[in-house]
Amino acid sequence: MKKKYISVLLMAALAAGTLSGCGSTPGSSGNSGGTSGTNSGSSGGGSTEEGKVINIYSWNTEFSERLQAVYPEVKETSSDGTVTTLNDGTEIHWIINPNQDGVYQQKLDEALLNQASAADDDKVDIFLSETDYVNKYTDADAGAAIPLEELGINPDTDLADQYEFTKVTASDVNGVQRGSTWQCCPGLLVYRRDIAKDVFGTDDPEKVGEKVKDWDIMEKTAEELKAKGYYTFSSYADTFRLFSNSISEPWVKSGETTIKVDQKIMDWIDMSKKWLDLGYLDKTVKGQFNSDWNQAMGSKSKVFAFLFPAWGIDFNLKDNWDGKDGAWAVTNPPQEYNWGGSYVHACTGTDNPEHVKDIILAVTANKDNLLKISKEYLDFTNTKSGMQEAAEDDKSYASDFLGGQNTFKYFTPVAENITIAPLSSYDQGCVELIQNAFSDYFQGQIDFDKAKSNFETAIIERYPELTEVQWAQ
Amino acid sequence: MKTKNKSIDYSKWGYIFILPFFISFFIFSFIPLADTIRYSFFEYYRSGIKEIGPNFVGMANYKNLLASDMLKYAGNTLILWVIGFIPQIVIALMLAAWFVDARLKIRGQQFFKVVIYLPNLIMASAFAMLFFTLFSTNGPVNGMLMSIGITKEPIDFTGTVFGTRSLVGLMNFLMWFGNTTIMLMAAIMGISADIFEASEIDGCNSIQRFFKITLPLIRPILAYTLITSIIGGLQMFDVPQILTNGQGSPDRTSTTLIMFLNNHLKSRNYGMAGALSVYLFIVSGILCFFVYRMTNNEDPDGSKAAAKKAKKAQRRG
Repeated sequence: MKKKYISVLLMAALAAGTLSGCGSTPGSSGNSGGTSGTNSGSSGGGSTEEGKVINIYSWNTEFSERLQAVYPEVKETSSDGTVTTLNDGTEIHWIINPNQDGVYQQKLDEALLNQASAADDDKVDIFLSETDYVNKYTDADAGAAIPLEELGINPDTDLADQYEFTKVTASDVNGVQRGSTWQCCPGLLVYRRDIAKDVFGTDDPEKVGEKVKDWDIMEKTAEELKAKGYYTFSSYADTFRLFSNSISEPWVKSGETTIKVDQKIMDWIDMSKKWLDLGYLDKTVKGQFNSDWNQAMGSKSKVFAFLFPAWGIDFNLKDNWDGKDGAWAVTNPPQEYNWGGSYVHACTGTDNPEHVKDIILAVTANKDNLLKISKEYLDFTNTKSGMQEAAEDDKSYASDFLGGQNTFKYFTPVAENITIAPLSSYDQGCVELIQNAFSDYFQGQIDFDKAKSNFETAIIERYPELTEVQWAQ
Repeated sequence: MKTKNKSIDYSKWGYIFILPFFISFFIFSFIPLADTIRYSFFEYYRSGIKEIGPNFVGMANYKNLLASDMLKYAGNTLILWVIGFIPQIVIALMLAAWFVDARLKIRGQQFFKVVIYLPNLIMASAFAMLFFTLFSTNGPVNGMLMSIGITKEPIDFTGTVFGTRSLVGLMNFLMWFGNTTIMLMAAIMGISADIFEASEIDGCNSIQRFFKITLPLIRPILAYTLITSIIGGLQMFDVPQILTNGQGSPDRTSTTLIMFLNNHLKSRNYGMAGALSVYLFIVSGILCFFVYRMTNNEDPDGSKAAAKKAKKAQRRG
């Protein structure tokens, strides 16, 4: 009998052991809120001695490449790209974690929680964030990013040439700017010239632009494309950013726990369902950044157009296009929008405030440097006057991939008209989960109300502090 | 007193040798386990980069979980497991019986054993990725079906409940049937050849031999397979996670309990995730108990029960 109990116990222990891995416990409990409200030490300015190591957190080498290209103090970079030495001997350590599955944010969050207790040379000095979650870090209560003014950068004068919406994005609820960016991501409509010729009889960007200038005209154009057997866009996710960028209220207002689903999002749902049922969109492509979506950019695809900012044309479209250069062209989108953008923040508790200030100014506010980035990396950079010059200068900014078109001519007016949607710290989850939840509805698997309730379930799972969802209409 | 204890006691060495396991078990399994249970009574999560809690909330997490769709996900997990397990055990039993059967003399046994075991060597996530690509709407399987002429429109495999669940079941079946076959073969080979011989002399046919001799005698191993499979099934997550991009689509019908747990861990909700883990712990404990009772039947051939019956009948009579 005794033996029996022991073996039952062992068996239970075995089962417990195998299961306990899943519910892993926090590694760093107990130092909660270590970073909040401790931004006093950094504001001293130049009088204090600077540390020897600048730690920069990022999710790819984008910022590192641009900094090396334009920052005059750079002496050399190690062959593996992890350490850059400056002329005065200070080392920049690049700490790069991939964005996928939130790995970057996890690592950054751990580092920020340990910031107060970390040794000076291990402290985070600069970190980057994307538009989708920039608000999480610029939040005034979280206090992770230092206000630019405390660093000695005056946004009104030093960053006067930046686009207004990028400054708004990087500010907290009180309007204090806590980050700066070198790039701006206005989006365009990129279309296949051969399909345009076949359907409209012309591939002239001006004339095609007329055909797609707003949603009503766009719908008629979609009907024309369908008659010839083409899809207007590849997937319902392609148009999402245009709508989600023009919402009038944030998903969650500061201090509230109610998610408000904006009328614009409802419009997107209605339109997507309608367009998919009418066959304007390719039914087989579900969402973005998957293999079906990539294939839709190939030469065998029947998809007429994509909605992309500069990085999308350069990374996604160019990589997936298997035909000759010059097959695609850009024109104005049906609605101005912005998609993406990387923000540079000075981290609270940094021991190198002077260097940090210098780097932020050199990479995000110096017009010559920004134009250099535009030329080398085709980024649409954050300088109003510089971009206007680029729009005029067809020779130096012609794109071979787009058949010699100067994209800046089209990007500039879009950038000037962008009014950025009000942000909240819950944007990333809301944007991701609403598309997932309604994807089943578009495919006809569930009805509208079920999709709504699925979104409610998913969003409260992701953000337990939120309590209810209010739907427009 | 001293003279009495003449035999040398080696038992302390036994304890010393098993000590490393118990130390590492204590540190890496027991403490996290106790912590998980402790946090399940707390409100403890992260909002952005602010930590909320831990605040003691009693049984609130457990109540909230019961009110949520947890039982639905438990059902999903069970269905997905059964779809994979039934074909797995049937095919494995059949293959094991054939391979071991001395009279069939199957050639190239070693080769087949390796081949059926191979899928198990691939990581589950890689395997799911492969299926995801194969069965995507513009993938090679649809391409093949269309060029043969079976279907004109591409089939949306992962878009339907039936398709997704079958794919998950198929993958679990493919990954585990080889492993089960090898285990069952070992069990069948452990049966004394005398018994088979005796049965043949008594005129048993192969079906009778399978059901009356092989099956009863490998029952402990069968039960072991069942336990490990149930525990594995409860923890199922990588295959549906990757096949559905972590969404458990369509309509959350392929969301398993562990995927549900992971959704909570995305916001570092240790309280809620802890409570869910405790539920899982209790369920697997109960399952283990049942299976244990089943296998440790002290009356394997039914003779004791028969004796009892006879006794009862005697008393009555």
